[in-house]
Amino acid sequence: MKLLFVSCYCLVLLSLGVDAGELNYQLTPRQLSSDTYVFVGKTEDFSFENGGNIVNTAFIITSAGVVVIDTGSSLRYGEQMRQAIAKVTDKPIVQVINTHHHPDHFFGNQAFKDVKIAALPTTIEDMEREGGAFSDNMYRMTGDWMRGTEPLAATEKLTADSLSVGDHKFKLLVLQGHSHADLALLDEKTGVLFAGDLVFYNRTPTTPHADLAKWLDALKQLEQLKFTYLVVGHGEVLQDKRAIVQTREYLQWLDQSLKASAEAGKDMAEVLQTPIPEKFAKMPLVNFEFGRSVVHLYPALELAVLKPAS
Amino acid sequence: MRRIYRVGLMALLPMNALAIPADPLNSVQWTTMYNRFLKDYPVQFDSRVQVLAPEQAENSMQVPLAVKVEGLQAIEEILIFADFNPLPKVLSFYPQQALPFIGFRIKLQQASPIRAAVRTADGWHVGGKWVDAAGGGCTLPSAARNSGVWESQLGQVQGRIWQQPNAQRVRFRVIHPMDTGLAAGIPKFQLEQINLQDATGKTLAQIKPAEPVSENPIFSIEFPKNLPLPTLHISGRDNNANKTKAELIP
Repeated sequence: MKLLFVSCYCLVLLSLGVDAGELNYQLTPRQLSSDTYVFVGKTEDFSFENGGNIVNTAFIITSAGVVVIDTGSSLRYGEQMRQAIAKVTDKPIVQVINTHHHPDHFFGNQAFKDVKIAALPTTIEDMEREGGAFSDNMYRMTGDWMRGTEPLAATEKLTADSLSVGDHKFKLLVLQGHSHADLALLDEKTGVLFAGDLVFYNRTPTTPHADLAKWLDALKQLEQLKFTYLVVGHGEVLQDKRAIVQTREYLQWLDQSLKASAEAGKDMAEVLQTPIPEKFAKMPLVNFEFGRSVVHLYPALELAVLKPAS
Repeated sequence: MRRIYRVGLMALLPMNALAIPADPLNSVQWTTMYNRFLKDYPVQFDSRVQVLAPEQAENSMQVPLAVKVEGLQAIEEILIFADFNPLPKVLSFYPQQALPFIGFRIKLQQASPIRAAVRTADGWHVGGKWVDAAGGGCTLPSAARNSGVWESQLGQVQGRIWQQPNAQRVRFRVIHPMDTGLAAGIPKFQLEQINLQDATGKTLAQIKPAEPVSENPIFSIEFPKNLPLPTLHISGRDNNANKTKAELIP
């Protein structure tokens, strides 16, 4: 009976989905431990239908107040996230942290402008430099969901290797590879690892600012950590390392196949036709993201195999 | 004079309209493209002319594009154009001794069909594909204009020749901003002609890029296995009379 009720409830939720009529993201926190919650986004690209709710964000209720990790893709997302947090706790939000500079991770910052917003120094520079172009793209892809959204960069630079808030201490792992600066946080109290976009699960990794060698290095470091839950940037929350392994295997294949294509003298338009190995063929958006990655990564690889003419 | 011209055009229009084959890509610009580029020869859509390009442009300044032709003989010209670009003509390729294949990247101003028209003795054979684009490709300044370091490297060439099972593949890049003239305050500055020659100076193939060809263009072309290619000479000229000369050795 209870099962039946749960599945009916799920059906209702599914049919509601993201309500583009009311522009409501239907953010529902999922509890990981007594004081840690995540909002799990869809494993899709930005669209008017999903309004940009394609990212995982999280909050931790400490003895000194609430810590928010990433703020979503719009002012509206940030506001609705704040309302959803207020239904769980009446403690104030005392700290926001952005894991990196991509718009789905910081465009909700405006809703938290009364709070300290922190990020890695390079992330802050990138937010300031690229926020405007991101914003144009987001308005184009999600439309009215973005109304009122203006990129608000983090202001507080994270330079230490840990951050304590109340009874929680976060180990700060300064990594890179998905972007120029990627922050992962390990909550030493709960063992929850927040990996940002260094890890994807059942959602093809994106590479607009990627350096694959550095990214693979970062994954090696994450793989050595002990954690209870792994909160990835995009995809399901898991209690094991499957997501790290999947991300690593896809990026290794991407790196090797693009290098092999460059070495064989293929034109970029031919590289787009590369068959996707069966192992990855069912990952959502794999054809789309592979095509994007070719455009991001192939120019450097093809130049590397050309020689100066005499 | 003007009136006569108009009357003449109107009189011709119904006949031309009958002669224009229906566009499989359903572009409202097709008739305009036909009249601008193709009307002097018979036109047929032909699946032997393949255009390889993405469904969607990730970077409107660098949209990958390759044209492959199989089964057409005695090709005189491969003309590439994009219906909805403010400057639709992309490039003309005169393969001569080369195989009918060319790859490079283009700037795309908005979603558009990209077409290749291959001219043989019996007229134009046309293939094409729609590519979606966010826009801005042709009216934005080149990256070089923003970085400001292109001048010291203008005209430099990098390249390589690959021996493949069925062809000799050549890839080469020429440093050039390829300014379209549509970005505010930046006049047109374009490579207009690239000749590929053998050691004796005989022309093997010729490329005439137009405005939409991307900055620092990187071309892929192929020669038959049986063509002796001890060296390949590449010479180029832009609209400001700057000249490029380079030599590739396999």
